[in-house]
Amino acid sequence: MSGKYALFLGCVAPYRYPGIEKSTREVFKHLGVELVELEGAGCCPAPGVIRSFDQTTWLALGARNLALAEKKGVDLMTICNGCFGSLFEANHVLQHHPEKLKEVNEVLAKVGMKYNGTVKVRHFAEVLYKDIGMEKIKAQVKNPLSYNVAVHYGCHFIKPSRVKHLDDPERPRILDELVEATGAKSINYKDKIMCCGAGGGVRSRNSSTALKMTEEKLKNIKKVNGQLILDVCPFCHLQYDRSQKDLPGYNIPVVHLSQLYGMAFGLPRNELGLEAHEVKFNL
Amino acid sequence: MAKVVEPDPEFTKKVINGGPGGDTLMACYQCGTCTASCPSGRLTAFRTRQIIRRAQLGLKDEVLPTEELWLCTTCYQCVERCPREVEITDIIFILRNMGVQAGYMSEQHKKIGESMLKIGSTVPFGDDMKELRKKMGLPAAPPTTAGDPKAQESFRKVMEITGFDKLMKGGKK
Repeated sequence: MSGKYALFLGCVAPYRYPGIEKSTREVFKHLGVELVELEGAGCCPAPGVIRSFDQTTWLALGARNLALAEKKGVDLMTICNGCFGSLFEANHVLQHHPEKLKEVNEVLAKVGMKYNGTVKVRHFAEVLYKDIGMEKIKAQVKNPLSYNVAVHYGCHFIKPSRVKHLDDPERPRILDELVEATGAKSINYKDKIMCCGAGGGVRSRNSSTALKMTEEKLKNIKKVNGQLILDVCPFCHLQYDRSQKDLPGYNIPVVHLSQLYGMAFGLPRNELGLEAHEVKFNL
Repeated sequence: MAKVVEPDPEFTKKVINGGPGGDTLMACYQCGTCTASCPSGRLTAFRTRQIIRRAQLGLKDEVLPTEELWLCTTCYQCVERCPREVEITDIIFILRNMGVQAGYMSEQHKKIGESMLKIGSTVPFGDDMKELRKKMGLPAAPPTTAGDPKAQESFRKVMEITGFDKLMKGGKK
């Protein structure tokens, strides 16, 4: 397929942290990559909740989103691990189980749609790393950064690695390299690849357990003087940003990779949407 | 007197046939790598290995109504490390679906399901956010179902066809 991508926005970015949407649009414009609008796309749907409730509905709504990208003739790109996990895995099921594809198409036919299984689901960090590449990214860095960054991979970007094949699930490097392209330093910390605590419907159903997991991560990041937390998932972003209100002693700003690139590429700070964050960015 | 729990072999069969990944259930030999790798189990009484064992043994009532079933964040750490390639997270999804079908669902989760039916998203989208978006030079509503009633209608119709609306009302599909 062409070097264009259909931008899948999901829900948390456009409805909670629109700076992530804005930064993504600007960063890809700077890199000369066209993003096609995916009009009418819905919730991915949320893997932790909707997939836990009913996999038939999860698959059908995922296929609806995939069908929209297929009609545009381009691959679908997400800016969220949750959307990536949901759509990648739904696509994997549909491409490997013809009976599921048939079943889903019987549903889609009733809303005048069809999915043939031809779309690739991509994560924007993977697109940056593999398709665009370090050289082009480094060429756009007008404002080199010098922060000590605690990278949070999240769960559904790399894992499950036996279907995604993006990086080593125990010692991934993609995000560290993408961060260091800006001049910033990616620091090591205990349990770096651990979950933020929000996924699987735990944040909504059992918020105290989610919070305990987040605190564990924050504690480890604070111990090595992480100046900011870097994510590639608006839901992890929300969990880290909002949880710190309830955790005295923590005040570590949270940025999405698109926002970090916005800073490094010299975008005006007010276009990055940092004011929507609970933890104020004052670095 | 010890409580005698009757196994239900049909339950095990249903898990195995409950969706992609279910057929790996019986490969588990109870090594416990999953439990040792679980970030949620570190902090709670959630024991991945125990849930898998109970599913193997057909102990339906020891699995479906439990709070532990809902403490998995679906992080896939156990799946990465399982020496038997058991699709543990897929099995958790199958078990949760069966639990919801049987009527075990928390109030918080019901609300999320209702939000999906009502606005096509798990996240509310208010006027303050529309203002912030405009200030940033973005359209008030993104080009998603949020600003497009026709798209929202097709999204909702998909959920009606699959019976998600009835499921959220607590009824079986």
